[in-house]
Amino acid sequence: MSVNVERELAELKAKVESTPGTGNKLTMVVFSGSLDRQLAAMIIATGAAAMGMQVVLFFTFWGTSALRDPNRKVNGKNMMSKMFGFMLPKGTKALKLSQMNMAGMGTAMMKGLMKKKNVASLEQLFEVASELAVKVYVCEMSMDLMGFKKEEMIQYPNLEVCGVATMLAHAKESSLQFFI
Amino acid sequence: MADYTIAKTLDYKGLACPMPVVKISQQIGTVSVGDVIEVHTTDPGSLADFPAWAKTMGHTIVETKQEPGVIKIFVKRMK
Repeated sequence: MSVNVERELAELKAKVESTPGTGNKLTMVVFSGSLDRQLAAMIIATGAAAMGMQVVLFFTFWGTSALRDPNRKVNGKNMMSKMFGFMLPKGTKALKLSQMNMAGMGTAMMKGLMKKKNVASLEQLFEVASELAVKVYVCEMSMDLMGFKKEEMIQYPNLEVCGVATMLAHAKESSLQFFI
Repeated sequence: MADYTIAKTLDYKGLACPMPVVKISQQIGTVSVGDVIEVHTTDPGSLADFPAWAKTMGHTIVETKQEPGVIKIFVKRMK
């Protein structure tokens, strides 16, 4: 009798531990390379970290542009990679609004307004995120497609390159999953 | 007058979302359990966000005062 109870208890324990989506963790896919969406992502990320959650960000596709360091250059790129490198924004400061960009005027106005209203800039939010130990992953395939090298990415603490399985493993353990 | 003493007063005036909550989360550990931090903010969102943050983190908002030009929130560290 007691052996049965113990066994059932162990089975139940194993079940609870393997139940997806119960961890105090947020996993977010940052797909967009637009300033507004990136701001939303980083505000949610820092907010969640402040709420005591473990936060994992997975930058993919257009989102990877935000992680480029404008001061770091890499040699030996082929023509396609050079073209992508030239066409895509170099870092957070080069990102544009998804709406009302108006050839850069709208983005400049929004940045001015944010400064006036003392809203944290995207650069500041990245700094806060690193202070709060928000984990940042970059999608390996996106970087490969666009010809980005890890050496030209920002020196964010513990920045790691990974694939979809890493993101999914984190997402499965998370009680919150976002896609921006 | 409520029954508590202020261990620390923090000036978060002018800061916008998410910074007040981010900063209090970094500061709460600097006082002892049972101590109260007085936060001054001008962000109206803090009125909803501090209780939400406190509930999630297991701390208590002992008092909220809305004065002209400043919101005062009293956060008690519970654990």
